Amino acid sequence: MNSLQVLPFWVEILTAVLLVLSSLFGLIGALGLLRMKDFFQRMHPPALASTLGAWCVALASIIYFSALKDGPVLHAWLIPILLAITVPVTTLLLARTGLFRKRMAGDDVPPEVSDGRQQGH
Amino acid sequence: MKRLFPAPLLSLSLWGLWLLLNLSLSPGNLLLGALLGFFAPYIFAPLRPSPARIRKPGVAVRLFLLVGRDVVMSNLAVAWGVLRAGRRPPRSAFVKVPLDLHDAHGLAALAMICTVVPGTVWSELALDRSVLLMHVFDLNDEAAFIEHFKSTYERPLMEIFQ
Repeated sequence: MNSLQVLPFWVEILTAVLLVLSSLFGLIGALGLLRMKDFFQRMHPPALASTLGAWCVALASIIYFSALKDGPVLHAWLIPILLAITVPVTTLLLARTGLFRKRMAGDDVPPEVSDGRQQGH
Repeated sequence: MKRLFPAPLLSLSLWGLWLLLNLSLSPGNLLLGALLGFFAPYIFAPLRPSPARIRKPGVAVRLFLLVGRDVVMSNLAVAWGVLRAGRRPPRSAFVKVPLDLHDAHGLAALAMICTVVPGTVWSELALDRSVLLMHVFDLNDEAAFIEHFKSTYERPLMEIFQ
């Protein structure tokens, strides 16, 4: 019978706004991936989906289910936290690989930032 | 106490994580979470060659909120940059930032912050940890960007970890 329970109007509005906002950020991130010109530029827009996009969904879920169950339901907040821990791993790997490949190809990227002395270690 | 709980913060967060995931404060879950928090630090100790010492929790909370604000602001900036990319392409550039932070845990936190905030990607760290190479989505003023990066993120991290 829980699904027939009527939620306050403001909860429904707030949840809907947050969900639409989240999908907007996801869409703009995808659009950016499509429109940007080179590899490194293309690394930035998808971060919209994993930050504000994910935050808005998590917040919407917390608000909606907290209202439904009459108590704080906070575990959705773990998603943004776990995303913030795991996403940098792949982003960093991609950036390092991109730099390495572009340097090998002789493209216009900065040279290695370590100077010759330290490279022996 | 220190001998029994080599990483009290890690134990406490794992316990909290377990209870939050299960959405329950039943005695069984309290016990299971406590067991996880107690044993995990021993299992993971070989993976963490140097224990992290976190000082000034107040600074850490402030940094957390600042990063949250910056994530929102740069989300809007990058979204706007994507939408008008047809008329004005973003001025993407690599930036070299001289670093004063040398602690491994601090640098890991800095890498996380820098990657989570849209518009900046951590690209390369010099082997002697003195210079960081970053890619910035839309760079306006290089000196101002470096100053903001160092004062907002690096200095609090130095206070927390060094």
